[in-house]
Amino acid sequence: MTTKKMAIIASKGTLDMAYPPFILASTAAALGYEVQIFFTFYGLQLLRKDLSDVKISPLANPAMPMPVPMPVFVQMLPGMESMATMMMKQKMKKKGVASLEELRSLCQEAEVKFIACQMTVDLFEFEKSDFIDGVEWGGAAMFMGFAGDTDVCLFV
Amino acid sequence: MNFDKEFDASGLSCPLPILKTKKALADMASGQVLKMIATDCGSVKDMQAFADQTGNPLLSQSEEGGKYIFFMKKK
Repeated sequence: MTTKKMAIIASKGTLDMAYPPFILASTAAALGYEVQIFFTFYGLQLLRKDLSDVKISPLANPAMPMPVPMPVFVQMLPGMESMATMMMKQKMKKKGVASLEELRSLCQEAEVKFIACQMTVDLFEFEKSDFIDGVEWGGAAMFMGFAGDTDVCLFV
Repeated sequence: MNFDKEFDASGLSCPLPILKTKKALADMASGQVLKMIATDCGSVKDMQAFADQTGNPLLSQSEEGGKYIFFMKKK
């Protein structure tokens, strides 16, 4: 049996959008898939050693369940983003949802390949030393080399 | 049912029960049986899907007081 393959593009850097790539990648790897994730633009933040800047914003996010109804002008006050992030993380912990750090290391253990977009690094002038070990740096053509031959290919 | 290894994934949400099942199977020998306990009701369908896709047979699954108990044989 040939190995199935999955490729994911992770382009978002918020807490809620960080989960789908890592959940699907780790699960697919557990099912025997060979998996690559290409991190580009804001998605690159998910490869930082320190994930504390990965947050969730209640602003412009009307589907986010709130403990109390909150008008938009309150949601934009300083500190609301940090508070929403803290509350979301507490809720996740209580419900047994893995932390991003845990899911990310489970992906790496399962040999999910992380490709970081070189162009994004140059664009935002990121320091490569801020990123976790085991990341490969590459571009669109490199991703297509793998993606062109996959069974599942997703853009997140 | 007899089993060779047991682990409790109670309180853990998707995809952790599956990921931990995979890990638990990794150091077992072919033919050995793993007992897994979970509280995530999504794991009922996920364990079946895991069995179908990896070829490790799911010997039985049952529910007891809000806990789901699975017996999986390593292929």
